[in-house]
Amino acid sequence: MTTTLKHTRYVIGENLITFAAFALFLALALMAILGPAIAPYSPLTTNSAIALQSPSLAHWFGTDQLGRDVLSRVMVATRLDLGIAVLAVALSFVVGSFLGTCAGYFGGWTDRIISRCIDTLMAFPLFVLAMGLVAALGNSIENIIYATAMINLPLYTRVIRSEVLVRRSAGFVEAARLTGNGDWRIMAYHLFPNVLPVMMVHVSLNMGWAILNAAGLSFIGLGVQPPTAEWGIMVAEGATYIVSGEWWLALFPGAVLMLAVFCFNLLGDGLRDLIDPRMRT
Amino acid sequence: MLSVEDLSVEFRTRAGVVKALEAVNFSVQPGETVGIVGESGSGKSVTAFTLMGVLDRAGQVTAGRALFQSNRVAVDLLKESESSLRQLRGQELSMIFQNPRTALNPIRQVGKQITDVLRCHSDLPPADLRLKALEMLASVRIPDPVKRYEAYPYELSGGLCQRIMIALALACSPELLIADEPTTGLDVTTQTTVMNLLKDLAAQRQMATVLITHDLALASEYCDRIVVMHAGHVVESAPTHSLFSQPRHPYTAKLIAATPEPHKSFAELMPIGGNLPDLKAMDLAPCRFSTRCDRFDSALCGQTPLKRAALAPDHQVACWQPL
Amino acid sequence: MTQLQPHFANALPHLPPPLLRVENLCKVFPVGKAAQLHAVDQVSFQIQPGESLGLVGESGCGKSTLIRLITRLLDVTSGEIYFDDALLSTTAARQFPRSQHRASLQLVFQDPTDSLNPRFSAYDTIADPIRRLSPQQDKQQLQARVAELADWVGLPQDLLSRFPHQLSGGQKARVGIARAIALNPKLLVLDEPTSALDVSVQAVILHLLADLKQRLGMSYLFVSHDLNVIRLLCDRVLVMYLGKIVESGPVDQIFSHPQHPYTEALISAIPSFESKPHPIALTGEPRSPINPAPQVCRLYGRCPRGEDRCQQVMPELQAIAPNHQVACHFPVSAAADSRD
Repeated sequence: MTTTLKHTRYVIGENLITFAAFALFLALALMAILGPAIAPYSPLTTNSAIALQSPSLAHWFGTDQLGRDVLSRVMVATRLDLGIAVLAVALSFVVGSFLGTCAGYFGGWTDRIISRCIDTLMAFPLFVLAMGLVAALGNSIENIIYATAMINLPLYTRVIRSEVLVRRSAGFVEAARLTGNGDWRIMAYHLFPNVLPVMMVHVSLNMGWAILNAAGLSFIGLGVQPPTAEWGIMVAEGATYIVSGEWWLALFPGAVLMLAVFCFNLLGDGLRDLIDPRMRT
Repeated sequence: MLSVEDLSVEFRTRAGVVKALEAVNFSVQPGETVGIVGESGSGKSVTAFTLMGVLDRAGQVTAGRALFQSNRVAVDLLKESESSLRQLRGQELSMIFQNPRTALNPIRQVGKQITDVLRCHSDLPPADLRLKALEMLASVRIPDPVKRYEAYPYELSGGLCQRIMIALALACSPELLIADEPTTGLDVTTQTTVMNLLKDLAAQRQMATVLITHDLALASEYCDRIVVMHAGHVVESAPTHSLFSQPRHPYTAKLIAATPEPHKSFAELMPIGGNLPDLKAMDLAPCRFSTRCDRFDSALCGQTPLKRAALAPDHQVACWQPL
Repeated sequence: MTQLQPHFANALPHLPPPLLRVENLCKVFPVGKAAQLHAVDQVSFQIQPGESLGLVGESGCGKSTLIRLITRLLDVTSGEIYFDDALLSTTAARQFPRSQHRASLQLVFQDPTDSLNPRFSAYDTIADPIRRLSPQQDKQQLQARVAELADWVGLPQDLLSRFPHQLSGGQKARVGIARAIALNPKLLVLDEPTSALDVSVQAVILHLLADLKQRLGMSYLFVSHDLNVIRLLCDRVLVMYLGKIVESGPVDQIFSHPQHPYTEALISAIPSFESKPHPIALTGEPRSPINPAPQVCRLYGRCPRGEDRCQQVMPELQAIAPNHQVACHFPVSAAADSRD
């Protein structure tokens, strides 16, 4: 345990960018957990008396057209946006890992069937596919998660398949067979853990996309509906006010959205270093 | 012809400075075959890369000279600029690598790869390039050169690939060839043909060869002189015959005793105990073999600098109490 | 040329039942639509209990395939493998991890780095076969057993918690050996166990293997391209060339009087400190193992003795002395006799 901690400290301390990414991630995670509790105002209470006020000491990010505090709404929205992204990524990671490991390990017909299904999925423009899925299944948070997971599935399946494929004939897999491990045990305990470090980079990059995707769906009016506080909706609603000079409505949620995506993109390499035992000395 | 003097190389790594080579001395006479023998981590490949100027970026030459003299040039290889080194490589000195398949471009016909080298380094008219390449293929005894000219590396066996590498390396008639483990990974019978080919070509062209290998027996068969390296030091260098009949450094003796050989019984096969010293350590002992040596005497062997002496005009040993 | 003497075949001394018996084993890999690669072609041999059998051959000769067939990592195309009087070749390789014979038939891999799971500590690697195949599951017993195995292979106890990348080549080789002997196998197949190691470490590992064999009474099938190593550890040796066994016999006899031209070339090519006659060069390229002509000797074209008969009739393995068999129309001693 102490070596893991020491290693974590080493990885974070060695690279300033990784450190910044981890710090940002921590801040986002805290915000997601504590957001509703520490938000200065209620995200939903409207007060037309203070509508469209520019940033001030009382309202750091200003107020929107209905007089809601933009800062509070941005803070509260963190949980929803990150939640959707985490669940969607987790879902596609689990399903993709299973399909990809099977395809790479068994090869033959298993591989052909799984790969062709995935290719079919990839033939669609992914965002349009997500729009279609949400439109067909109905506007609910679960359906955004399913749609986002679905469009990320090809990435996981293909990456894991190719990683498993190169390791399938490695000596340690043959050795595992000799020591009495069956196919499923080899896949779960011998192959998959070796693929994990590579996958962490993809998971992290993918988190950024998933956040953007969820926000994007809400932005075009699918998915989460107003008045729920959500970054995509806030940017969409705020966009109409930019022309009249009320820039803060769209800027702040947009900036936080960008920061979140940026954070996950940077996090990937650091996570790989953390999880790969070969990086430990 | 080549004279390496007090060459020291360090690598800067995350965990500290690795003193990969320290005060390496050896020389190569024209037409001579010199073997550099050592186990992994002895610094034999680092030596070759340093001479060719293809050292990894983390590596730094901290001291020494490598004087190279041929009919056309006389230079210090370590002081030359990248552009003049590029000119020298191929024309004056050339190198062949351990794994021929990775050293060849996988998506280019092997014949074309030879003409590429010829185009860069010779002033042959373009029309003659193909002919000359075919001639090179024939000279490395490749059966059916016209057909092989159009082959891709994956279509050829390991032995053929290594012969292509030799053809590439010799395309511009270098004066010095550095062969880094040229037959490791090849079969014994193929090893014989490749080594015989190298030997014959070197003799034909009066070319000097540096053969880098971990296989002491192989070096004993093909080299005139052998340089034994251990942990970045040259521990002994001598003509092949005297090195084997009368090894003076304890490491050489142990290495000979550890190599399986047709007339050696199992009981005679002696392992070398101990481990290589950590080359990153700040308090590295002056004699880097001291941790594995049974003759170690701290009063004598702890002295700095390590005693390097010539026991005979052509027999150098780096040891305080040679055998 | 003297006639080969077939009566030697019946003159074999009476031996206990073999531990491993391989009969007419074949393995064919499909290459493209019509082509077939004959990796192992009609191979038959036996290993006695406690015997060390060497298997020599160059890369691509099918020795890797052969040991993967024997250790049941690959399915056979035809032929039989009997181990301890049980027919193993009918069990699919995929089912074999659950076989009662899995524990008795183990393999030490060539590349100690590639064969260790990078995510398993040395302890977990050695404990894996015991956890999977041994009924004894008590944690303390397991720890004691792993400690004992580490002790047998000379691996310091404090290295057990390390991962493969923190171990040296020799230490990794020891972990691989400890894993293979964890279940007291009856037959240990060693696939070039020292070829990735330095000479100084190679000597240590060879001595370790000899000691372990005595201590545990295993049989060895020792695969190598290095005849020097085979000679030190083995009683008998099989020489393989392009999927076929071309010569088999006691190790000393093969070394002093090789009969097959290929064996002769192989032995003459071993580098040595002492001066010796110039090695016999096998010129030309090896024949392709893809769709080989069944009547042409596999060495034909490279063989210094090749004659017309060699491409008309495939030479079969024949006894030329007790225990010594060769598959050649013109074996070395026969030619020597005819010159006299």
